Amino acid sequence: MDALSRPRLAAKARLRFDRKSSRYMLLYPERGLVLNPTAADVLQRCDGERTVGSIVEELARKYGHEPPAVEREVMGFLQTMADRGLVQAAP
Amino acid sequence: MSEPVRPYTLVAELTYRCPLRCVYCSNPLDYGRHDRELDTTTWRRVLQEAEDLGVVQLNLTGGEPLVRDDLEELIAEARRLDLYTNLITSGIPLRRERLARFRQLGLDNVQISIQDTIPAASDRIAGLRSFERKIEVAGWVKDLGFPLTLNTVLHRDNLDRVADVVALAERLGADRLELANAQYVGWALTNRAGLLPTREQLERARGVAAQARQRLRGRMEVLFVTPDYYVDLPKACMDGWGRRFIVIAPDGLVLPCHAAHTLPGLRFESVQARPLDEIWHDSPGFAAFRGEAWMPEPCKSCDRRAIDFGGCRCQAFLLTGRAAATDPVCRLSPDHGLIEAARRAAGEPAPAELVYRGPRVPVAAQRAAE
Repeated sequence: MDALSRPRLAAKARLRFDRKSSRYMLLYPERGLVLNPTAADVLQRCDGERTVGSIVEELARKYGHEPPAVEREVMGFLQTMADRGLVQAAP
Repeated sequence: MSEPVRPYTLVAELTYRCPLRCVYCSNPLDYGRHDRELDTTTWRRVLQEAEDLGVVQLNLTGGEPLVRDDLEELIAEARRLDLYTNLITSGIPLRRERLARFRQLGLDNVQISIQDTIPAASDRIAGLRSFERKIEVAGWVKDLGFPLTLNTVLHRDNLDRVADVVALAERLGADRLELANAQYVGWALTNRAGLLPTREQLERARGVAAQARQRLRGRMEVLFVTPDYYVDLPKACMDGWGRRFIVIAPDGLVLPCHAAHTLPGLRFESVQARPLDEIWHDSPGFAAFRGEAWMPEPCKSCDRRAIDFGGCRCQAFLLTGRAAATDPVCRLSPDHGLIEAARRAAGEPAPAELVYRGPRVPVAAQRAAE
């Protein structure tokens, strides 16, 4: 995963808004993750078209943070999700 | 219990009918007595009520769910409710066109069971010639763009082939591999002498699985589920009684686990009698082992009581005759000797005959119940 990768959710993973917790959930076979708002913002943009770089830019603007700090966080999160097989870089 | 309870997963056991006769089936021994099945309209209502309660995951299972001819309607309804829907199947009987239709209707995941990597061994456990057809169906699952979960139940006759199971899963392009050791309740308990592995065998297989998990990280999720008989402290069965899961049996009984209706003295209710929400919150069967008030020692004062919830109620009942006993797999249980004796026996030659799942309760189990 680098700034030019185009991440997308793995085939087995799906986002869903949960009314009970007012959070997004990432659902996959037999499991689910309740996402904090930042994680949900990242995963909603993992559409296989946006690059990691453009996701970082969008979120830096949205939250008014410096891009390098946002990039570190987004990269770390996406790598964790990729290691768990929930996010892939589009070919 | 202070934490508000909210179910996340509905396990919809659509039928107990199944063309396979696996010797470790998790359906109750007396499933033949519960052969009335809910109709489509009732299941659709139940899905809606489950979603209202907070359910986000739906497992369509059985028996073999494919024998229901209304699966299409149930998948469509689940999709409308935005449930993550997993079809848990033997793959038999299925035509490719029907599977393609499930895809269009929004089914999320398909889980196929393979009993072994050697066709004859797989067919022996299933009691039906089925291995080659399953492999074909797994191929369709991937061709049609579904994620594929491959599930293999492990026991003394196939544990030494875990590396082959991993290789098969890779060849089929599985997204998730469940290496699930048999748990010794239901039919597997009846066949325990023929199925329970030795500790050495189990540890070798665990090592193979751990290497595969490392090597396949990010590509295939590899799960290895230990048999309760080889843990020292019990697992949180169903994540705790009535905490996360609702199981609905084919006849509509609402249960905290697959076999809760085999425990004596508990009263469970049917979705035909009451709305799901009321059953979940008030049913006496659900209340029986929720929280900690029911716990005996050593659970009551144990600092793991909110971690493992005292283990499996069905296992406690099947081994000790008391559903409220500490799960005997716990090394602190006064009945732990029962587990140690079974482990010792696992080193001895297996009996030649296994009992196949069928509509009659096995004679040995009937005798034990008398």
